Parts: sequence; C-alpha cells; structure tokens
Amino acid sequence: MTPAPSLVLILAVGVLYSCGFYLLLQRSLMRVVFGILLLGHAANLSLMLTDRAITLPPLLPGEASQMSDPLPQAMALTAIVITFGVTTFLLALAYRVWLGDGDDEVPDDLEDRRISRLEEPEESA
Amino acid sequence: MTTLLAVPFLVPVLGAAAALLLRSYRRGQQAVSVVTLLLVVLAAAELVRSTADGTVLTSQAGGWEAPIGITVVADPLTALLLLVSSVVLLVVLLYAIGQDTAGLSRATPAVFHPIYLVLTAGVCLSFLAGDLFNLFVGFEIMLTASYALITQAPTRARVRASMIYTVVSLTSSILFLTGIALVYGATGTVNMADIALRLDTAPEPLRMVLALMFLVVFGIKAAIVPMHFWLPDSYPVALTRISAIFAALLTKVAVYAVIRTQTLLFARDDTSAVIMWLAIATMVVGILGALVQDDVNRIMSFALVSHIGFMLFGLALGSAAGLAGVIVYLVHHIVVQASLFLVNGLIRQYVGHTSLRALRGLTAISPMLALLFFLPAMSLAGLPPMSGFVAKVALFQAGAEAGGWLAWTGVAAGVATSLLTLMAIFRVWVRAFWGVPLPDVVEAGERLRGRRSGGALLMAGATGAMVALGLVLAALSGPLTDLAFTAARDLLGGGAYLQAVLGGAS
Repeated sequence: MTPAPSLVLILAVGVLYSCGFYLLLQRSLMRVVFGILLLGHAANLSLMLTDRAITLPPLLPGEASQMSDPLPQAMALTAIVITFGVTTFLLALAYRVWLGDGDDEVPDDLEDRRISRLEEPEESA
Repeated sequence: MTTLLAVPFLVPVLGAAAALLLRSYRRGQQAVSVVTLLLVVLAAAELVRSTADGTVLTSQAGGWEAPIGITVVADPLTALLLLVSSVVLLVVLLYAIGQDTAGLSRATPAVFHPIYLVLTAGVCLSFLAGDLFNLFVGFEIMLTASYALITQAPTRARVRASMIYTVVSLTSSILFLTGIALVYGATGTVNMADIALRLDTAPEPLRMVLALMFLVVFGIKAAIVPMHFWLPDSYPVALTRISAIFAALLTKVAVYAVIRTQTLLFARDDTSAVIMWLAIATMVVGILGALVQDDVNRIMSFALVSHIGFMLFGLALGSAAGLAGVIVYLVHHIVVQASLFLVNGLIRQYVGHTSLRALRGLTAISPMLALLFFLPAMSLAGLPPMSGFVAKVALFQAGAEAGGWLAWTGVAAGVATSLLTLMAIFRVWVRAFWGVPLPDVVEAGERLRGRRSGGALLMAGATGAMVALGLVLAALSGPLTDLAFTAARDLLGGGAYLQAVLGGAS
C-alpha cells in the first residue's frame, strides 16, 4: 500500500551526483562551488529517498501508517543548513582567491610542479 | 554522571558564546578560554577514572531511550582520547595566548578564541557521539571551525590552501551524508549500537559496500594514502598554533571514527585485508614524501601522513593487542605531533621561516630549542626510552602474534618506515640544528636576546610542557597500556557498548 519512491527521483539523484563530481573536478573555483552545491542536493535527496512513504505528509494524520518518516527529513534539514553555511563560506573564499590572484583557477599541485621541474633538464639534454 | 558526559561539548559552546561577547576584552577572552578548557580537562579526567575498568557510560538526551533518542557514549577509548585531546588543546591555547601577548601574531584574537572553543566542542562531540548523524554533526562543527581557523591571518597562500582544504573536507562530508542515507535506508536507524545489531542480518555485499564507503569517508579526513594529497598542501601553510592542533587532533578524530565504525558497525574480517594494504601504502608513501621535502613543516606533515599508517596497521590486525597498540599510538602521536609543530612555530618565530635551505646552526642560538625538537623527534622515530618506542613495539608484537604473510609485510613496512623517519629527522637535525650558524640565523639569535618577554616565555613554556607531556607518557606507559587493553577489549567484545546503549531494549 505504501507508495514507492519514483524512478524519476532515483535517476535525479544519480544525475546530480555525476554532474556534481564532474564540476568538482574542474579548474575554475566557481564550478567547484557549484559542484559542491549539486552534491549537497544529491545527498539530501538520497536521504529523503530512504523513506518509502515519501509522498505522505509527516506526523499530520496521527496514524503511523498514514505518515512519512520524519527522521530523514530532519536529517536533510540539518544537512541543508550545514551545506548552506559552508557554501557561503566557499563563495567568500573563491572571491578572496579572485581578489588576490585575478583568476579563480586551481593551480597545479606543488609536488606535481616540482616533479615536472625535475623532468625539464632531461628533455633539453 | 549524565551531566558529566555533556560537559566536554556543551561547556566549550557556552564558552565560545562568552568569548564572543567579550571580544573587546582580550584578557577576559583569554580567561574564559582557559577556564573552559580546564573544565573540559577535568571532566575528561573524571571520565577516564570512571571508565578505567571498562565501564561504558551513556546519556540519553531528553530522556528518550536509545534507538530513538540521541545517545552520548563514553567508553574507555573515548574517555582517554578526550583527556589527551583536551590537554593538548589547552597547551596549544596557552601557546597562542603567549604569541598574542608578545604581539607576534597577525591573527585577530577576537575571532580566534570563540572559533577555537567551537572546534573543541566539535572534537569532543565527535568522540562522544553515539549515533552516526551526531557523529556527522560533530565532524561538521569541528570542520567548519577549522575552515575558519585555517584562514586566520589570510595571505594569498593561505586562502589558496584553505580552498583546497575546504573543498576536500566538504566532499568527504557529503559522502559521509550519503553513507548515512544508505545506512538508514538499509537498517532504519542511525544509532550506532542499533545499526550494529541490525547489520548482522544484512546481506554481506551490502555490509561490504557500506564498510568501504565509510572507510573512504574517514580515509579522506584521516589522510590515508591515496587520499592524503590535500594534507601536506594545507596544514603547513596555516598559523603554527592552528597547524599544531590540526595535525594533532583532526586526523586523529577521523582515525577514531574509522576504528569505531569498523569495529562496531562492520564485521572486521570484511575489510581487514584492504585496511592492511592501505596501512602499508600510507606508511611508505608518506615517509618517502617526507624525505624529499625542504621545509620542516612539510616534512612533519608528510611524516604525519605516514604515521597514520601505523594506526591503520593495528586496526587491520583486529586483535585486542593490535587495537591496544593503536590506542597507545594515537595518544602518543597526538602529543608528539603537537610538540613538533609547536617547535616549528618557535623556529618560525625566531628565524622567520622553516625552510631547510636557509637554516643552519640553530643549536648555537638556542640550545633549548634544539632539545625541544630532539625529544619529540626521537619519540616520533621510536627510539627506546620514548613513548613512540612503546607504541611501536606494542604494534609490532601484535603483528608478530597475528602471523601470516600480510601481517609480516605490515611489520616490515613499519620497521622500514621507522628507519626512514629517523633518516628524515636526521636530515632536519643535520641541516637545521648542526653546523656553523648562517649570518641571518646569528642575527636572529641576537634579536632574540634583545626581545625576551612574558609572552615569548609562555610560548616556549607551552612547547616545553607539551614535550614534557610526551616524556610523562613514556614514564606512564605501563598504566597507559593497561588502559588501552581495557579499551581494546571493550571495542572487540562490543557487548558492553551495546548493553550500555540499548540497555533493556536489545
């Protein structure tokens, strides 16, 4: 009798995760921030999906069979607040990086740069 | 008893609020922070005393019984880690106060104190959390505070480094949240004791997926190779007081979470081989990284990564002896790592930088500094009278007892890593401390003599106290090992934990 979560929601979670991770791997910090946002949505949606009776209202009718589980919603709410706060901080950081350097690209890893410097003399020789 | 369990995370939050209100009174802020941390230390000491016989204390928030309400749990492992962490937090706070008093730091103390206390609350809550979601919240409190701390006194390098740090931590937090969703979907509960019971009947592949998921989540935060790359790029850039606390505590909280989830939630045999390989990779890759660095702070960061491997090694063995070794190692490493970073801070304060290229003959300008570096460094390498030796011997013995080629490979990797650690430390010693001082090092020594103040004395005193704490640990290694064995048996049996949390409900 309990309505099952729809396939659309499950697919949406998958799409959100893959887009999120794709954006996370980009060079531009703004895209990274958007990646984190999408990943946050994906995690919250998957929390909601753990409830099979997701289409029912929480608590209202007063009978357990007529309710959705309020716990995933409470957890998603907490997670939304946390992601919101941290995203604001990330935006501020990205802005500071941009102010300092005039671009918002993620530089190469320090060790990678050192290794590529080691390789150069051999190439020229 | 139930109130005592709430002290370590509630008092720092209240303290943070008070410190925020007192932001224009530096003395008041400092007093509030010190008193708050003293209270946490006292509460943690009392918790250690009352759990020393293996008792597990619980407190149910709001009187709701376990699987439904929020549970706070203190077993011997939690209590011990709380005590060490709070003492380290207190000593580093004194160091920071000394630095501010001496006027040597560009950080704004008005913001520093409240955030530092919030960080304390997050660390304590993570140790005490009895359900997964509360563990997540504890982690988030700790990490959010750390995002703010790492950008203190922002320079371009610091902002860049903190961006890397924040994005990586945030990614692992989101994976953590996904893990919680999967666990909740599979078991219908987030209470860790309850999950442990319900996962017993779950299908094996599902358990495996969840176990690996949590290993990745905490592996990123604990800087386990191959998920370690962010740590050496971000920790050394921050202010000393902050990198000291990060290096000492944040990775260890994640290691604690790995231990808790792998021993309580997931039948250990599922993942022990994976963890052993990760341990070996972490030890070897970390220390090889340390050997090629030119900056003392970066060397110590890579050494930190490498020594996380030792803790994983003990966990992978899965025996009581192995876990006891891990616990001793955790305690030892928290103190030693904090000492080394504080000493690096003193070097930076005296000479202005920590690059091996331009350091020579530090012993000549400050023999005390050399001694303060030498003692924890020898402990890190694991030379006999030090606490590092006790911890490593405990781990290697456990490895030898466990037998099998994989365990012996782990022991071999551990021994090799210890030798390489000694080599890395020797490199720092020879290049930075020995030899004829370079002109600017001599000049720094002269400036130092002209500028002795109460604040500088407090910084050196705090560093000395941290080093002394390491020596005390070595002297107390007997009782410490006993306590670790009690804690390890509690972890492995699991019965006491489940009984204490769920009580009659199970």
